[in-house]
Amino acid sequence: MSEELYYKSARELSGLLKAGEVSAVELTQSIIGRTKAVEERVGAFNSYDEGDAVSQAEASDQRRAAGETVGALDGIPVGIKDVLAVKDQPLTCSSKMLENFISPYDATCIQKLKQSGAVLWGRLNMDEFAMGSSTENSATHPTSNPWNLNCVPGGSSGGSAAAVAAGEAVLTLGSDTGGSIRQPASYCGVVGLKPTYGRVSRFGLAAFASSLDQVGPMARSVEDAALLLQAISGHDLRDSTSFRAEVPDFSKSFESLKGKKWKLGLPKEYFEKALDSAAMEPVQQAIDFYRELGCEIKEVSLPHTEYAVAVYYIIATAEASSNLARYDGIRYTHRAENFDPKDSVDVYNQSRAEGFGEEVKRRIILGTYALSSGYYDAYFLKAQKARTLIRQDFEKAYEEVDALLTPTSPSPAFEKGAKMEDPLSMYLSDIYTISANLAGIPGMSLPCGYSDGMPVGLQILGKPFREEEMLAIGQVFEDAHDFKNQHPEL
Amino acid sequence: MPTILRTNTQSYNFEGLGKMEYEAVIGLEVHVQIKAESKIFTRCRAGFGYEPNTLVDPVIMGLPGALPVMNKKALDGIIKAGLALNCRIPEVCKWDRKNYFYPDSPNNYQITQYDQPICEGGLVEIELSSDSRASMGEHKRIQLTRIHLENDVGKLNHFSEDSLVDYNRAGTSLMEIVTEPDMHSGEEAFALLTAVRQIMVYCGISDCDMEKGQMRADANISVRPVGQKELGSKIELKNLNSITGVKNGIEYEIKRQTRELKKGNTIVQATWRWDAEQGRTESMREKEDAHDYRYLPDPDLMPVRVDEEWKNRIQSEIPELPFDKQRRFFEEYDLPYTITSVLVPDRDLSDYFEAAAKQSPKMAQAIGNYVTNDLLRELSEAGQSLADCKVTAEHLLSLVSTVDKGTITKQIGKDVFLEMFKSGELADAVIERKGLKSDFDDDQVKAWCQEAIDENSKSAENFKSGNEKALNALLGPVMKKSRGKANPQTVNKLLRELIR
Repeated sequence: MSEELYYKSARELSGLLKAGEVSAVELTQSIIGRTKAVEERVGAFNSYDEGDAVSQAEASDQRRAAGETVGALDGIPVGIKDVLAVKDQPLTCSSKMLENFISPYDATCIQKLKQSGAVLWGRLNMDEFAMGSSTENSATHPTSNPWNLNCVPGGSSGGSAAAVAAGEAVLTLGSDTGGSIRQPASYCGVVGLKPTYGRVSRFGLAAFASSLDQVGPMARSVEDAALLLQAISGHDLRDSTSFRAEVPDFSKSFESLKGKKWKLGLPKEYFEKALDSAAMEPVQQAIDFYRELGCEIKEVSLPHTEYAVAVYYIIATAEASSNLARYDGIRYTHRAENFDPKDSVDVYNQSRAEGFGEEVKRRIILGTYALSSGYYDAYFLKAQKARTLIRQDFEKAYEEVDALLTPTSPSPAFEKGAKMEDPLSMYLSDIYTISANLAGIPGMSLPCGYSDGMPVGLQILGKPFREEEMLAIGQVFEDAHDFKNQHPEL
Repeated sequence: MPTILRTNTQSYNFEGLGKMEYEAVIGLEVHVQIKAESKIFTRCRAGFGYEPNTLVDPVIMGLPGALPVMNKKALDGIIKAGLALNCRIPEVCKWDRKNYFYPDSPNNYQITQYDQPICEGGLVEIELSSDSRASMGEHKRIQLTRIHLENDVGKLNHFSEDSLVDYNRAGTSLMEIVTEPDMHSGEEAFALLTAVRQIMVYCGISDCDMEKGQMRADANISVRPVGQKELGSKIELKNLNSITGVKNGIEYEIKRQTRELKKGNTIVQATWRWDAEQGRTESMREKEDAHDYRYLPDPDLMPVRVDEEWKNRIQSEIPELPFDKQRRFFEEYDLPYTITSVLVPDRDLSDYFEAAAKQSPKMAQAIGNYVTNDLLRELSEAGQSLADCKVTAEHLLSLVSTVDKGTITKQIGKDVFLEMFKSGELADAVIERKGLKSDFDDDQVKAWCQEAIDENSKSAENFKSGNEKALNALLGPVMKKSRGKANPQTVNKLLRELIR
């Protein structure tokens, strides 16, 4: 049984730990063993610290022995995207800029995870500063898709998705600015959930685009995603944009919603665009499943969808150009050496030239341009207005339906290198996910089938602060299929 | 709103430089640190004089993932300042990022308020100096554009090879008070800063210690021919590190610009700095067109809504402001300008004065004299502050009453005050211990007077023949006989009676 431990669900493992059939140390050792076996091929991690993980697991076992277990995640290994601050651990954002940075503090979601007893496991690879859709923009190495090592795992949370898919972690945390949790989840055949903006504190999440960023769970099942979401949600005094509201007991409330006949909307703008028809097949079947279940399936319109990509790349890059200004070569970041700077501007220029990768530079330049005097009104201000229209599209749609069903991505995972020379086509792979960030609504991707052996994701977009509905809708589908037990051959 | 009093234009004319007259137009940007335990966007402690880089945390250092959170105390402070300076407080204000790279700014952006500041408009009453110290100068009202809140930056220290940066000051709550181009001389700018500082200190918003950088000012100065409507090209003058520096720097810059214009040269808009040691201004040689701050709304902070209740609460905490107090002191206590001009700028001193004067308004002037002369002199000599003073307002009042009743003379009263100041004894105790009471009966004093007349018959005759001053020659000896304790008024009266 113990070889298979690493592929068990957090819910099941929690039961085994409780029953004393498995110890947290055994579970952690199983994860470490699996990681060592496959990591050379998958490359999900930037770094991990076995000793630290084992001692966390030991502490968990001691708590359990003393009857002081703190929660459902106590003793469960959770992988952390390398964009979240963990005290005394590296925080690289997969950038040369932060190659030597050790965080002196914990992100709020990390603090909460620690309080829930989880075993924090490793630093997961990503596109540099979460900018990208393939994890190829990592300064350390590209991560491979466990289903086909020649393919990308998606991005930017590619490491988080691949690790869950490959059994290198039971659960992982990702971050989602335009689809960075959902798109890699769909590419790697796992569940990825972007919460409502404000549901999870951003304190300690290295910012890409502050008004769009959210931390969220990645897991192999809907139920597990709910468990992890539960642990990290809640209002935080250290994040002014976090939402002051009670967090429901997600597992309980979505159980109670299970039998409900939902009204589900299909945004027509998402389906009329040329899609990879093979990729659409499983999504269509999923829609049929809900129809047969007795749900009302209804076409809705999100008329401003066509502006979403443009709006997103203005707002996200504008915010990023300001957020990333702190990485300047002066304090804790990479500083250019072996040259004779004339002044501090020289230090900035050289350090940033060396420290940032191509895509990050491209976005900083784009954002700087969009905010420049004379262009602000034409770009940034216009984009802000269009963003409001996009949000209103969803508000209107939600007057008619409970949630929306869409593909997560226009196509399944593509081959490494296929889009690196064509940033625009890379940007378009986020076309179905970015609107949720612009509107602040929650979204989830779950596996709904395969196309040429590669996983395809179904995206459920929910109402703000109604993650439990989204989870319940996903759970019905998951229960009726066996995708959560399908694992890549490695 | 009170009407705005327009100033007489102060003009500069230099002999031999042509006949055209010029006037200066000045606007100030005054930065004031808000006194608070913690910094503006984090709980990190704020302070001055600590070891470099000890007042820092992830937010101050701009670490990845750190987020700002508004400190309500700083908002209270600026709302108070706004209300005290007659600003409008709009219902909603918001936060923006001002992007520029400089090593003293950890995020390489400053969080400030671009188009929706927390305070709009405003008026500051100022007093210009008059020809004499004894009379009140002209009062004017200077219009404000706005006041907004922002975070302060760190401090760079330059050494021969390296520059080191200290982030202790970074993130301190800083408000920027922007005036309209409403002043015309260094003296008016000086008066504005003085007035602002007094109000800030009165309200407990800031100590405004310029040496500690708690108050800093930049001036925008332009000069134009008298009668011309458009403003001339402005020079932004920096490094005005003291209130007199502001005055001197501006005066110098006005003269310089006027001279240039008279020579037929044009002024190019630029940033200059005041060199206090050399006593001149110099160009900072900055590229003006290089500044594009790329403002954007700060996505990490929510807009702030200031409701009536909040405003009312702050309004109730604003004390009587200096000029209002001065006007009341004139009215209620009939004080001369010379006393109010010393009392009023110091809130504690005014309170001390009033604690005594309120109980006996007819003795207010005498109390005021003690406070502004004797008390201040002794405090300064002892290097003490009012808080250390052993003489309470109550005690001072009893001394003044004792003098007023004629129990002791005015001169002895001053000696008694000295004793009280040193020992903390009460007036009665000092008088008792030293036997200073002028408790002679009139017969005794009369006898001394007769003796003095007999001994100085010539002076007595002179007085009799109409020389008023001659009486002094008799007064002195009588006081001497009484060892200073006789009441001079009684002596004066008796002498007159006896000689007549």
